[in-house]
Amino acid sequence: MTQPLSVNSITAHYGTTKVLEDLSLDIAEGELVSLLGASGCGKTTTLRLIAGFLQPTSGTITLGGKDLTRLPAHARDIGLVFQNYALFPHMSVADNVGFGLKQRAVNADERKRRVMAMLERVGLTQFADRYPAALSGGQKQRVALARALVIEPPLLMFDEPLSNLDAKLRVDMRVEIRQLQRANGTTSVYVTHDQEEAFSISDRVAIMHQGRIMQLDTPERLYQRPANAFVARFVGFENLIAMRVVARDGIKITAEAAGGVRLTLSLEHYGEIPDSFVLACRADGLAVTADMAHEGIPATLGLRTYLGRAYQYQCETAAGHLVANGPLTTPLEPGSTAKLVPVPEQCTILKPE
Amino acid sequence: MPTKLNPVLIGCSVLVYIFLVGPLIIVVGAALSDTTYLTFPPQGLSLRWFENIFEIAAFRRTIITSLQIALLSTGIALLIGIPAAYALNRYRIQLPGWLSTLFVLPVLVPELVLGFSLLKSVAIGFSAPIFVSLVIGHTLLVLPYVVRVISASLAAFDFSVEEAAISLGSPPLKTFFTIVLPNVRSGVIAAFILAFITSINDVSISIFLTGPGISTLPIQILAHVEQFFDPTIASVSVLLMALTVAVMAVVERTLGLTFLAK
Repeated sequence: MTQPLSVNSITAHYGTTKVLEDLSLDIAEGELVSLLGASGCGKTTTLRLIAGFLQPTSGTITLGGKDLTRLPAHARDIGLVFQNYALFPHMSVADNVGFGLKQRAVNADERKRRVMAMLERVGLTQFADRYPAALSGGQKQRVALARALVIEPPLLMFDEPLSNLDAKLRVDMRVEIRQLQRANGTTSVYVTHDQEEAFSISDRVAIMHQGRIMQLDTPERLYQRPANAFVARFVGFENLIAMRVVARDGIKITAEAAGGVRLTLSLEHYGEIPDSFVLACRADGLAVTADMAHEGIPATLGLRTYLGRAYQYQCETAAGHLVANGPLTTPLEPGSTAKLVPVPEQCTILKPE
Repeated sequence: MPTKLNPVLIGCSVLVYIFLVGPLIIVVGAALSDTTYLTFPPQGLSLRWFENIFEIAAFRRTIITSLQIALLSTGIALLIGIPAAYALNRYRIQLPGWLSTLFVLPVLVPELVLGFSLLKSVAIGFSAPIFVSLVIGHTLLVLPYVVRVISASLAAFDFSVEEAAISLGSPPLKTFFTIVLPNVRSGVIAAFILAFITSINDVSISIFLTGPGISTLPIQILAHVEQFFDPTIASVSVLLMALTVAVMAVVERTLGLTFLAK
């Protein structure tokens, strides 16, 4: 029933504008992969290409070994869930859910049975005879989900399905979507611009930018080991410090940043370090200490903000503007000098841009 | 918060109603008059001017012709206008902005000019039969209204609904009839009524295209007024109004009920 999806070096244009360039994506059977990125990054275009609403300039799309590239959208057998629900306004909830089965010439009795079973799974049995206009946003999205799932598609795709819901419902619904997707084991593509949503729901996430996939990896690896500066910034690495190695001594590496700032790094933590690299970390990965004898980046502290778990400082250093967190027990005054110490466990090494 | 009624607004509303309903009352009154000339208020009460309509063969004929032309031209305009309006809205992003304006242009051309051009090109140029020229002329006349009204309806339609149906296995053409059309039904009904009324009341185009043996009701009324001043034309006008209302009612009934159930 459920099948692996393979997108092979797809290039797509809107008129003369190239919107996707040589994009490849392999999704295993039963896997949920999110396409994450800002608007205009090509994530929705990718989804529409797979759905068959757009045609690629070159490349192929296969689902379970079957080539979909030239197949019309209505023959692709893909379940779609839209941002604005896209329910049929002139049909009851039951007719909405049963629409796909009707197209597949499933007889009325069987259809009714499957529709009611599906409505039960999404908790909407008592709404079967209502019209979409009489439903709340969350209920509408459940109907849309039921409508897409009832045809038991080999592939399920979501286009920002939770963007029109309020924050609390969004969290509940994404858990619900994930549970249904897991239970059915349906291969899924999930488009969103919300990082938390993508990370919490997906097996793997593709971070997209300007029509390319910048990195496709598990949420854990994306969060801790971004592959490049773009992904690092995207997942919240505030500090990217360009450095070059000035001395190698066994596993001890001495590297220098702009303004002559020197740090000693251990290969034990970072594995390989190229001669020229970028040291990346979040504010949490840069500890603030008033002990000027400690090895670190000398800084003048600027604005201090309270985060609940720590104080955050805007810091001016010879290596540029950095953001660092200090303990709640020893608040430091703006204007004072301090050392910023990279915490190896929370830092990562990137290739220079 | 209780809203205070503004006396100026009430006054304006009353005036509008007087201007709208007043002529209707006068026409209906005059039609019921027992006199041999047009007068209001009616003197005596009689239905004989209504009977007179059907005694005059020209009226009998032109009522039928007008109905045929109105229905045919409205039908053709819907057949052309619905797909045009659909394309204009569905592919709005890809299409140049002036294209939808193009469909409204005929409204800006004086109808007399349109009628004259049609006479030159269709009736004389192609020597089309009078009835055919009339249908072509009226189709052109009502098409902009059809495109405009249905476009307005489609502008409110979310085309992802159509995509949802396609993704569920419904081919595009079938989807248009089962999903798109039922959701713009109110627009289609409004377009039908507007087009029908425009056609059945038209003088300026018909006056060029009618000819020996074939005329429309408004042209026949015009011809009658030139010779007679009896209340027959008032009763014909009442009949025309009744006809329009009847068509609206029938359309509402046949197309409208399921729409209202939504």
